Amino acid sequence: MLRRVSQLAMLGLQDRIWTPGELNRHVRQLLEGDYRLQDLWVAGEIANLSQPASGHLYFSLTDGSANLRCVIWRSEAEGLPRLPRDGEAVEVHGHLSVYEAGGQYQLYADRIRLAGEGELFQEFMRLKQKLEGEGLFDPERKRGLPRWPKRLGVVTSPTGAALRDVLNVLSRRYPLVEVVLSPTPVQGEAAPAAIAQALAALDQQPACDVVLLVRGGGSMEDLWAFNTEQVVRAVAASRAPVISGIGHETDVILADFAADRRTPTPSAAAELGTPDRQDLAVEIGQLTRGLRRAWQGRRQALHQGLRETWTALAAQAPQARLAGSRQRLDELAGRTALSLRHRLSLRRAAVEAMSQTLHAIGPLQVLGRGYALVRLSADEALVRSVGQVSPGAGLQVQVSDGSFSAQATTAPTETSEG
Amino acid sequence: MSKPKAPDQLDFEQAFEELQALVRQLEHGELPLEDSLRLFERGQRLATRCSQLLDEAELRLRKLAPDESGGYVEEEFEPEAE
Repeated sequence: MLRRVSQLAMLGLQDRIWTPGELNRHVRQLLEGDYRLQDLWVAGEIANLSQPASGHLYFSLTDGSANLRCVIWRSEAEGLPRLPRDGEAVEVHGHLSVYEAGGQYQLYADRIRLAGEGELFQEFMRLKQKLEGEGLFDPERKRGLPRWPKRLGVVTSPTGAALRDVLNVLSRRYPLVEVVLSPTPVQGEAAPAAIAQALAALDQQPACDVVLLVRGGGSMEDLWAFNTEQVVRAVAASRAPVISGIGHETDVILADFAADRRTPTPSAAAELGTPDRQDLAVEIGQLTRGLRRAWQGRRQALHQGLRETWTALAAQAPQARLAGSRQRLDELAGRTALSLRHRLSLRRAAVEAMSQTLHAIGPLQVLGRGYALVRLSADEALVRSVGQVSPGAGLQVQVSDGSFSAQATTAPTETSEG
Repeated sequence: MSKPKAPDQLDFEQAFEELQALVRQLEHGELPLEDSLRLFERGQRLATRCSQLLDEAELRLRKLAPDESGGYVEEEFEPEAE
């Protein structure tokens, strides 16, 4: 050793003296500079698991002869679908670094799964093919959504952000809807059965018009319940159409395939399930204007019709007809020197004809519009006023295509203009 | 035709859809004056009803809870404030 020092001294090199801290930092930098060590999976069995008050998880991974120290920070530990247990065979994901104060290198883990979960994807594909083969994802099975949902079911966790998002959207867009929450855990081992039951529970109640199946974003492991056969079948079996809003962008979720409509987030599911009251207010405004326009148009048309009828009536009036006829007759008389008697009888005939025409054309035009002529049976006087009618009086009612008898059953009352 | 319900007895869907139908009828129909006027007045009340429902509605929220007989009851539910 001394010789080595002197040899180095001979070469003119000074020995570098490290402090433990410097050395630990250097090793740490070495480890962290190796990308292969910064994103890795390690398989082993859990040993010496502890979780002190800090909430961080400490354990070793062992393969029987060698140990690797691991830590999962509290923030990550809280997101785990389930806590690991001693003796479990697991696969742990994380990065390798050095705890400088202790001089220990360890795996800083962020994900942990039971060994063999890598096979989950294979299982996922098998399940997908199986359910597809049964027709559970067929487009023909998809049901339409009602425009006016009255009752809307929500299947999700009662404490999650997903429910809050859904309720915010519904309050803003369409607070007319009645919301029925069917609460269920949405992750963990119990989730698949609980979600399926929550869906079935809504079917036992008065029918919902639409059901939202929602959950906030998470890792593929977090969302796993929505890939289970149990949940997929429950979605397909729902009596009400189901909109899925399971928080993910690219991951594929089997429950989405079975849902009648799929959306990427809980908020989007709530939006798809309801009309927006702002749009509705605009529509109501348009309808109100349309109503006023149609009424004014109708009134004008009726006015016009009335004017035409009036003009036609005036043209048929005896005086007008007589004036024209008299002139014509004078001409005839002048030309053919008819006898006075003949002229008189001609006039009488003309008046008769005109009176018939008037009778036929004038009132009938009006009757055709739904009005009726009412006469007292006793003297055939036209009823123009309630004063003419006493209770029990017999009436003759003439409408456009005939007439019938009627009887006044109660004392007439005057209508007030209103 | 059965006697129509008073507009304030109708829910939103009923009032809205009747209003739509009524505007169409008034636009294309050849109704006598009295009927037209009646439609117009009812239409106005339906529109008021729709707006009122939209403005005043508050979301009703209930939660399913298991009962003793293996079924479910619906109970009031207040989501936890954040």
